[in-house]
Amino acid sequence: MYGISRRGLLQSGVAAGVLAATGLPLRAKTRGGKFTAGLSGANTSDSWDARTHSDIYMIASAQGAVFDSLTEVAADGSLVGELAESWEASSDAKTWTFNLRQGVTFHNGKSFGADDMIESLQMHLGEDSKSAAKPIVESIVEMTKITEHQVQLTLVAGNADLPYLLSDYHILMYPAGQIEEAIAQGIGTGLYKVTAFDPGVRMTATRYADHYKGDSAGYFDDIEYIAINDNTARMNALMTGAVDAINRIDFKTESLLRANPALRIQEVSGNQHYIFPMLTNVAPFGDVNVRRALKYGLDRQEMVDKILQGHGTVGNDSPIGPANQYYNADMDQLEFDPDKSKFYLREAGLDSLDIDLSASNAAFEGAVDAAQLFQASASQGGININVVQEPADGYWSNVWMNKPFCASYWSGRATEDWMFATAYEEAAPWNDSQWDSSDSSRFQELLLTARAELDSDKRREQYFEMQQILRDDGGVLLPMFANSVQAVNNRISSPETIGGVWQMDNARMAERWSVA
Amino acid sequence: MQSILKIVLQRLGLGIVTLFVVSIVIFVAVNSLPGDFAQAILGQGATPESIATIRRDLGLDQPLILRYFIWLKGMLTFDLGTSFAQLNFANFGGAGTTTVAEQIAPRLSNTMFLASVTACIAVPLAVTLGVLAALYRNTAFDKAANMFTLSSISSPEFFMAYVLILFFAVLNPIFPSLSNIYDGMPFSERLEKSMLPALTLTLVVTAHMMRMTRAAIISLLASPYIEMARLKGLSPMRVIIVHALPNALAPIINVIALNLAYLITGVVVVEVVFVYPGIGQLFVDSVKIRDIPVVQACCLIFAAAYILLNLTADILSIISNPRLRHPK
Repeated sequence: MYGISRRGLLQSGVAAGVLAATGLPLRAKTRGGKFTAGLSGANTSDSWDARTHSDIYMIASAQGAVFDSLTEVAADGSLVGELAESWEASSDAKTWTFNLRQGVTFHNGKSFGADDMIESLQMHLGEDSKSAAKPIVESIVEMTKITEHQVQLTLVAGNADLPYLLSDYHILMYPAGQIEEAIAQGIGTGLYKVTAFDPGVRMTATRYADHYKGDSAGYFDDIEYIAINDNTARMNALMTGAVDAINRIDFKTESLLRANPALRIQEVSGNQHYIFPMLTNVAPFGDVNVRRALKYGLDRQEMVDKILQGHGTVGNDSPIGPANQYYNADMDQLEFDPDKSKFYLREAGLDSLDIDLSASNAAFEGAVDAAQLFQASASQGGININVVQEPADGYWSNVWMNKPFCASYWSGRATEDWMFATAYEEAAPWNDSQWDSSDSSRFQELLLTARAELDSDKRREQYFEMQQILRDDGGVLLPMFANSVQAVNNRISSPETIGGVWQMDNARMAERWSVA
Repeated sequence: MQSILKIVLQRLGLGIVTLFVVSIVIFVAVNSLPGDFAQAILGQGATPESIATIRRDLGLDQPLILRYFIWLKGMLTFDLGTSFAQLNFANFGGAGTTTVAEQIAPRLSNTMFLASVTACIAVPLAVTLGVLAALYRNTAFDKAANMFTLSSISSPEFFMAYVLILFFAVLNPIFPSLSNIYDGMPFSERLEKSMLPALTLTLVVTAHMMRMTRAAIISLLASPYIEMARLKGLSPMRVIIVHALPNALAPIINVIALNLAYLITGVVVVEVVFVYPGIGQLFVDSVKIRDIPVVQACCLIFAAAYILLNLTADILSIISNPRLRHPK
């Protein structure tokens, strides 16, 4: 075993295994009762196929309750084992050995082993695979079953983040040979067994009696997730006590929730960020001085105050946020400075700049308003932004990555490499600023070195430099990180630390919360 | 009676033509919205390749006219097809798919349930109010009833819904604000959960029916045979119920049928506000992801409901009117 101290990656993986094996409760909590949540993001086309999951409703139902992954991001951001008890890497981070938990059964009685893991990974592959986790699984060139409970994975190139990547909500463990059945009925190894599932309407599940997590998780007897996509209806349901918790509260009526003594609001700063990406291969954005002029034309604090109503923090044009491990907090904060805008425009050989900014509220709530704020502040620095309001339908296909300058968002990723590989790596399909080695060959080089680097200090240095490059020269304006804000009835108790990787305690409220 | 049969057949034939036209209009309209199923379902995660794969799998790369005729061919054999969402995920995991018909059936029955509950409250209420308003016309009661029903029909549905939630769910928790009914729910609980949406719809449809009842009766009150009845010394109530009402039935039935159709086709907003799992919510979800087979099926159901209820109304007014029943 190699000493990777990445958030105590290996150690915590082992530790969680020990705790679960001895059945030692982490904290005394009330068992029993029912938990009802009203969640958005539900659709009639929802199914138990994790490859199709994309929003909180199915993530909370599948990964959060009925299914398990190999690894799990704990509430404090550390990585712990779920169905994988421990893992170790070769020195080049290319070969990984996973030790699977023993004595785990699926809800239909089948026991969990190496075959299940391999088949569950393979379902993301194939020519026609539309799985969102395909890029992750594709990097595995070989899966070898060593024993019933040990699997070796060989990667194309070293990746120190592999155990983190396997905590992705698309990669759930299904029973081998019964995957179709498991998708149809929802048969997983999770804490709760499905009792009813009506896509886009409701999901109910009951605690699985012989679960391997024993008394350390899953405190409710029954859970019910009700699909409430409408904001006002969700608030009403919580106010009238029809549900115990809701995600994404409406900031406009937040004060009403705060005034209700039976409720509390949970605010978690996560990695979700709102951006204005520019295509760096299109004039005038190919000129680094134009990009710099725009960076100083943005009043970031004003956007946090007015667009997020204070529920967020200012960004520094790097997608790595305070919730990440290698967050570079030492960088100078980019401030609104019209004089610097003018200076960089002159450097670019321009007196003034006229550009179109495409925006729609499909990008993020308030994107059009944010674009207009940008227009007003940038004009003081000699930049004339023409805000083009685009239709919300088809925004991601017709505007984003097609129009040279637009509004967008990222929900953020648990690790630096994951985020960079998604949106900043040369030739990545979602590289929304066309950021490549012609812009910064140093950045692309560091990205590959850091990926296979197991030494935490070296990695930190590399990621710090990459963040600095993006802050100074990057093609993405990142004015703000948005908090996730949710509300819970005081009937339900939740731990002090709430996960911020996803809404609703990393979508694992059924696992971690209990009746007060 | 032969003439009624002829009318029914004629109207049914026209109805089918209408449905055909509706299907073309919807097909063209949905397809001319920006974005298609592949783009909607993939969202930010779309790549040109994945969009092309989905379009190829679902036949979305075929010309519009060809796609319409393929759909029409299925329709003629009473096959509503399979929703894009189901098809797309089917070749994903091979899990069993449900057809559009299977998807719509439980939602439609929920909507019908809500419509029946509303009709049971609204129709007797509206007719009674109408009769009473005609009886006590131009009194304070008449004016109050008119004012109340007219102001409730003039407000948007979601506003009435929120007012009811405020009074009956938040301030006085009598009814739940969340109408998440499901299969196997006991009838009494189902009724309780559907009460607020039913009351909202009642407020929306009552005014029309009540005003028509009142107007139809009042217009008859000037006719000679009512004068005769009054001269015989009958009580005003008896004059209205026994003498005036039967003759006023035709227009009243017409309006009731129109409003019943509205209860099926116009519930979208109310279902969204109360999270009621009816066909309206399904319709909204499907339009959002451009799931054309489901949208088409929902629209055809809406159109068919209008056509059939209007037909029923016409037949009932013929039956209620001896002059139409026995034309010279």
